[in-house]
Amino acid sequence: MQPLPRIPDAPASQAGASRFWASFASLRPLSSVLLLALAALLPSCRPDSRADLILHNGREPETLDPHLLTGQADGRVASALFEGLTRYDPVTGNAIPGLAASWSLSPDGLRYTFQIRTNAAWSDGRPILAEDVVWSFRRAVDPLTGADYASQYFYVENGEAISTGKERDLSKLGVDAVSRSSVVVRLRHPTPFFLELLATRVFAVIPREAVERGGDRWILQPGLPCSGPYTLASWRVNDRIRLRRNPHYWDASNVRAGTIDVLAGDSAHTALNQYLVGDVDFILDKDMFPSELAEALQRRPDFHSYTYLGAYFIRFNTTRKPFDDPRVRKAIAMAIDRTRIVQRITRMGEPPASHLVPQGTGGYQPPMGLGRDPEAARRLLAEAGYPGGNGLRTFEYSYNAESRLHEHIAVEIQSALHDVLGLRMELRPLEWKTYLNNMSRLDYDLMRSSWIGDYNDPNTFLDLFLADGGNNRTGWRDPSYDALIHEANATLDRARRFQLLAQAEAHLLRDAAPIVPLYSYVGFYALDTQRLAGVHPNLLDEHPFWAIHRTRRP
Amino acid sequence: MDARSILRRLLAIPLLAWAVASLAFFLMRAAPGGPFDRERAPASKEVEAALKARYHLDEPLWRQYVRFLAGLAHADLGPSLKYRHHGVNDILAQALPVSMTLGGLAFAAALAIGLPVGMAGAVWRGRWPDWLGALLTMVGVCIPTFVLAPLAVLLFALKLEWLPVAGWSSPTHAILPVLVLGLYFGARVARLFREGLSEVLRSPFIMAARAKGVAPSAILLRHALRPALLPVVSYAGPMLADLLTGSFVVERIFQVPGTGAFFINSFFSRDYPLMVGLVIVYSLLLLVLNLATDMAYRWLDPRIRHA
Repeated sequence: MQPLPRIPDAPASQAGASRFWASFASLRPLSSVLLLALAALLPSCRPDSRADLILHNGREPETLDPHLLTGQADGRVASALFEGLTRYDPVTGNAIPGLAASWSLSPDGLRYTFQIRTNAAWSDGRPILAEDVVWSFRRAVDPLTGADYASQYFYVENGEAISTGKERDLSKLGVDAVSRSSVVVRLRHPTPFFLELLATRVFAVIPREAVERGGDRWILQPGLPCSGPYTLASWRVNDRIRLRRNPHYWDASNVRAGTIDVLAGDSAHTALNQYLVGDVDFILDKDMFPSELAEALQRRPDFHSYTYLGAYFIRFNTTRKPFDDPRVRKAIAMAIDRTRIVQRITRMGEPPASHLVPQGTGGYQPPMGLGRDPEAARRLLAEAGYPGGNGLRTFEYSYNAESRLHEHIAVEIQSALHDVLGLRMELRPLEWKTYLNNMSRLDYDLMRSSWIGDYNDPNTFLDLFLADGGNNRTGWRDPSYDALIHEANATLDRARRFQLLAQAEAHLLRDAAPIVPLYSYVGFYALDTQRLAGVHPNLLDEHPFWAIHRTRRP
Repeated sequence: MDARSILRRLLAIPLLAWAVASLAFFLMRAAPGGPFDRERAPASKEVEAALKARYHLDEPLWRQYVRFLAGLAHADLGPSLKYRHHGVNDILAQALPVSMTLGGLAFAAALAIGLPVGMAGAVWRGRWPDWLGALLTMVGVCIPTFVLAPLAVLLFALKLEWLPVAGWSSPTHAILPVLVLGLYFGARVARLFREGLSEVLRSPFIMAARAKGVAPSAILLRHALRPALLPVVSYAGPMLADLLTGSFVVERIFQVPGTGAFFINSFFSRDYPLMVGLVIVYSLLLLVLNLATDMAYRWLDPRIRHA
């Protein structure tokens, strides 16, 4: 031990060393308690064997109940556990036969008859029967179940009446088991996209007994019978869900990975790092790519981007002055430069879009909306009584603040409206629930908005703005728009139907403009084809787990 | 502090926790929006009503509160409104041990780093160990964990490939998060301990001991150490409560399935029961550790004991 400074002539004691340790005696009880506590807690850190496939799924799923879930992260896992009459094709994302081997449609387009596969079975080996389908559908549409997506059943006879409580008898739903293995679905009107709808999670077939026995926790029951390619082996909240191949799945021979770990995490940088070192085979959620690395990512050979069924747009509150005047709304629409937004802010190759429905949705060709035209914008604003922006009050642009992207876009719009039209727009960042609450209460002037399509058909976007649509949230209503949409959806001829829908969309965007579309979304992923196969770009961004597999051992 | 006053403090803990939990209960519900407000409107008003009824959110506030108290009496914190298959008890039972392991190890690391560095600084005051310690602790105090953690990942996981990037499935996963948290808090411990020890070493009773010819090591360890720990102890109590209930930043970056993320997310998703449950856990820990701090004070400082 070194002599202590500033204590001159202090004699170095022989007993110093032993006293040194003795003086720690008083601390010993404390440290041993601490050590014991740590030893007791360490088992919470336990090693697992690596799963055949490790997927990063973004946020922790809120629920895996296919009827209740609303999030994409939830849906991906639920689709691995429960299947419906149709399922998603891993290549195209279109609906292909699932539990139903085949079907027929009556000539009037109102009655589907589905034949359930003879080898369709729950993971406990019992057969999946027509009555399982009927019970599942009734459960989803029963308002007491609380399924947000029950609106997908409104195309089925009495679906809306049951969901809104006008019809209490669930057996009135237009779904019947006509034999052990055939189900008849009666539609309210011809619905060209009904088979696509059937692949969505709210039409999944779930095990009646387990659901009735398990209450809110039914999904956590050990040995839960599943109808999909996987079963739930374990679930540690905010960590990982382990899936195990369902040996009784009708297509089990094509289910590639025996076990899958589905990781949950909030940090995009961490997810990317895990992918880079090989701890994660594939990142399912595009929010798990850091947007500030957009340019670097796009230079990587394993990075792919493709059109995705989503739209970014601005809502106007048409119940507030001066946005009740379509001329003001249109002037604002024509002042914004979409190209700048996608090239300088989003930078993932998003196509700028003056139309709402993304290019290529279900083979539909969207009409052009209002493009950038500063001259016409100024003229319209003057016509509305605000020449050069004079007399128009300062207004607010509300957006949810958790993403910097929304803020950057807000600033871009703010400066465009100021430079082109002389308008004063203030930014109003909001916390997520406040943002949603203000939107549904129409407590805003302009609001950032987006929509992800539920199925591959333009209707999934265009029915938002029906007068009584719960997702309209602009206050805008127009009987002629509603009439066009309803007429289109009752039309069996595809070309004619798309023509009517395009007419409706053109009216929405060019004449009324309660919204201003800015760009269509892109999907993207990092796929090292040396390492992984079975993932394909598609409009719906659906990548069924059963098709994904590693091509090389780690 | 005699046995009576300790008992009194112990009895006050549940009362205080209850008061804080009640405050959280009402404040949470005063925030705009609710747990079932989503981007997509529910299929119908009836669906929305059924959801609210299932979790008794349609009842008047006072009845919800009575329901909450009744649950609390059975140690049941209720269902999570966001994680719909899990009760708040289940979530805490899974996440708390993880956070406590990480936090406990980080606490040990903070002391293991902070105390020797602080002692060296005080003992060799104004000489190179002091300067080096001051430099390191200044860096440790100034660099926040959200900078330190990615740097540690970059170096040890991505460049050197010694340690995993993130996750919580083997003891090696714990090393980086423990070190990052340990360095961050250890730097503070070091500075406090250096100040505390320097001051004690200058005080009259140490002078007296020196004058009597007591060995320098004995002066340091037998006489100076205990009183010098006082500032560290007063910092360590709340620090331990923070560490044991999980660090949002570090758990997020290292994808540690602890309670840290729930503190933030349960508010943003208006998951009332989960938020209130976390508030109860945190306030209980803080109160117990504050009491422990006060008791440690008495053990360390005879002036308080005999006051």
